[in-house]
Amino acid sequence: MSELQNLTMVDWARAQFALTAMYHWLFVPLTLGLSWLLAFFETFYVKTGNEEWKRITRFWMMLFGINFAIGVATGIILEFEFGTNWSNYAWMVGDIFGAPLAAEGIFAFFLEASFFAVMFFGWERVSKRMHLFATWMVALGSNLSALWILVANAWMQHPVGMAFNPDKARFEMQNFWEVLLSPVAISKFTHATSSSFQVAALFVLTVSSWFLLKGRHLEVAKKSILVAAVFGLLSSVLVGITGDEAAYANARNQPMKLAAFEGHYDGEESSGLVLAGILNPEKRPGDENVPFLYKLKIPGLLSLLANREPGSFVPGINDLVYGNSSRNIAGIDKKIEKGKIALELLSQYKTAKKERNEARATMALANFKNYEQYLGFGYLQKAEEAVPPVALTFYSFHIMVALGVLFPFIFLFFLFFTYKNTIARKKWLLRFGLLSVFLGYLASQAGWIVAEVGRQPWTIQNILPVSVARSNLTTGTVQSTFFLFLFLFTVLLIAEIRIMLKQIQIGPETPRGQQKGEPHV
Amino acid sequence: MFDTISLAQLQQLWWLIISVIGAFFVFLSFVQGGQSQLNAVARNELEKSLVINSLGRKWELTFTTLVLFGGALFAAFPLFYATSFGGAYWVWIAILFTFVLQAVSFEFRKKPGNLLGAKTYESFLFINGTIGILLLGIALATFFSGSSFQLDDYNHVLWQHPLLGLEAALSFFNVSFGIFLVFLSRTLGALYLLNNIDFRLQLVKDMEKRLRRSVTTNLAGSIPFLLFFMVSLTSREGFALNPETGEIFMESGKYMKNLQAMPGVLGMLAAGLLLVILGAAVARRPSNRSGIWFSGPGSILVALALFLTAGFNNTAFYPSTFDINSSLTIHNASSSRYTLTAMGYIALAVPLVIAYIAYFWRKMDRDKITTGEVSDFSAKEIY
Repeated sequence: MSELQNLTMVDWARAQFALTAMYHWLFVPLTLGLSWLLAFFETFYVKTGNEEWKRITRFWMMLFGINFAIGVATGIILEFEFGTNWSNYAWMVGDIFGAPLAAEGIFAFFLEASFFAVMFFGWERVSKRMHLFATWMVALGSNLSALWILVANAWMQHPVGMAFNPDKARFEMQNFWEVLLSPVAISKFTHATSSSFQVAALFVLTVSSWFLLKGRHLEVAKKSILVAAVFGLLSSVLVGITGDEAAYANARNQPMKLAAFEGHYDGEESSGLVLAGILNPEKRPGDENVPFLYKLKIPGLLSLLANREPGSFVPGINDLVYGNSSRNIAGIDKKIEKGKIALELLSQYKTAKKERNEARATMALANFKNYEQYLGFGYLQKAEEAVPPVALTFYSFHIMVALGVLFPFIFLFFLFFTYKNTIARKKWLLRFGLLSVFLGYLASQAGWIVAEVGRQPWTIQNILPVSVARSNLTTGTVQSTFFLFLFLFTVLLIAEIRIMLKQIQIGPETPRGQQKGEPHV
Repeated sequence: MFDTISLAQLQQLWWLIISVIGAFFVFLSFVQGGQSQLNAVARNELEKSLVINSLGRKWELTFTTLVLFGGALFAAFPLFYATSFGGAYWVWIAILFTFVLQAVSFEFRKKPGNLLGAKTYESFLFINGTIGILLLGIALATFFSGSSFQLDDYNHVLWQHPLLGLEAALSFFNVSFGIFLVFLSRTLGALYLLNNIDFRLQLVKDMEKRLRRSVTTNLAGSIPFLLFFMVSLTSREGFALNPETGEIFMESGKYMKNLQAMPGVLGMLAAGLLLVILGAAVARRPSNRSGIWFSGPGSILVALALFLTAGFNNTAFYPSTFDINSSLTIHNASSSRYTLTAMGYIALAVPLVIAYIAYFWRKMDRDKITTGEVSDFSAKEIY
């Protein structure tokens, strides 16, 4: 508890954001992926007229609905948290960050909300084709919503298309398209959505495996597996490609994050990729300790993945913190110095403006422009602050990648045995299948830890550290809301899981006259 | 097309857009109004099921409108977003809390294994319908009465009251507006349910009667609070902006003057109030179900008029009583010209959005919700 008492307001604000984001992300991947699966199932129904597909659609749709409600509940807190806990952030970059959020509301949320009602309640009220259209629109709407919020997140990782306005003391958008179409935004969106499709596919495998193990709803389970495994397999290809793209983008824009998730302290040519390893907990930047207690490394691979150039130099944490003159890398110390000058000049400019001393103001501003790009560093106190928590990012990254490699094999096995029509007898696979959605969640959450913890101490990379982005609130205030939401979300999550399990137990409706010995619950 | 208009005009356009979104929310708060009278109008499980399923088809629309209201404020007036959410912390957290409770309640209420039981989820809906709307009204009333905050040279907010926003509930002016909104939402809720449920069966005739009574009593309940609020608003000093110097000063009868200076807004207010009353009046006629189509648009006009009074005609829409020159106007709180323009193009999609919402609303509600539909508990799509 004494450790908890030492946490500052900004730690609690971060904890609260992590809490709400991680809870929210328990439901979002399912919404993103399941919405497409529903669209596929229903398309088969409309194309074939086979009532079985309709039962399948309605069963998964009900689980989708339960998940959707709690996703909405956790999502609204996230949006407003930018204002409540990060008000300086909201002001300093609202000019850029607010736009995608509003676009999300206009383009995506209404699509989702209105067509959700048609999809859920419209079976008897609109025509078959109209209903199918609604289901597709829900999928489009949810994924469009992901697009906008991930564009916003990508901008925090790699701020582009903006300029600092000293009069307002904020950043302003210069180019909307640069923000929207930034390569980081595209790789972020494609990676986050395709990995969510995997999670949803794994969810379908888990539930269907349970049905098969219990000998229930065999046809529903097999058909669901077939569609989900194909979808999951295709998504895996996309996850691989976009993951590679994301690492390449990290090497360009966030080399410190890359170095952290690789536990890469000293830069070298032909850097190796750590496949698995145990970090030395004593290791700090700049000291003589070995970084790893144990590691399994593939020589040269990191250079290849990071720069797409074998033998190339990949800077390590030490190069980035302390500088490496032979590689032309400036140390954080130097940047902090320049950042402090930028802050001082900005303050001089503000004072001169207030005193209506135009000559001094112009001079301060001209000078400021020379140091402007280091402004964010001026808020740091020492160079080592610029290093994110290495262990957390390293392990999260490696868990994510290992699971990401495993998933396509899961999909392949399920697909193969479903194709051979022997899946119901493969108990070992089905038992493993029961676990699969949990592995999916683990990978998905780990991915966000890499992205967000790896960006520390920055809210916006190199521009705005978390310590400045926060609201002016007391630690106690934020602490209270942290526990408030922890309690609320945990209770709701338990309720949601219980409801889900119950509904899975009840299963799809059994059509009259077709019970055929299936246990009727 | 937005490139040719001035920054000041863009700021006004965006205040108008946000006002429209906010006004639509006030109309759509019929969902909350329905929630808060669930136990008063529905006396058995069947009746409850009718009310819940009828509201359950619209709650997300209301919720989404609230989210968009927040998102649009963030994009167009980020300094408001930062100041109000970061400063009036507790009042917003409390409001959000009730909306979190709402978001799960329709879906979870009747599902087996829901941990807390149907009664708890119903009380969540009640809390959202009463406290949620009351606090929202209180927060919105500070657009006129002001809050105690200061902005530093870097526009960072320093809230001056230890209650962080909840102090707004100590002003009867603010509270009376909140109570008015609660009553208004209940009036609209009853009208919506009258429109949306099929009452032809004898079984539900009693509920229909209760709903018709509820329209009248809730409208009557709202009137004293509205009167107090309006009299107080039009007679109080307001936070005026000197457009030449950008300074804020207190001007007596400012909001009255705003209404006089903008006869269109005054007309909206009058027409809106008349429509709200007209809707309640037609609902007194047996089997008439069209009241919501008068009172609904009426509530939009009333709310729109109030938002425009708060922000237009050189008025500070988020005033500070602590440091009057920290007050926010649509000019000093807005996004840059570039962002407002870019957002303007995005906002062109709004009519399309409204069109498909209206289209599917009509399509989905052509056949009213029947008792048969909601008593089929084996159906997967029943709340």
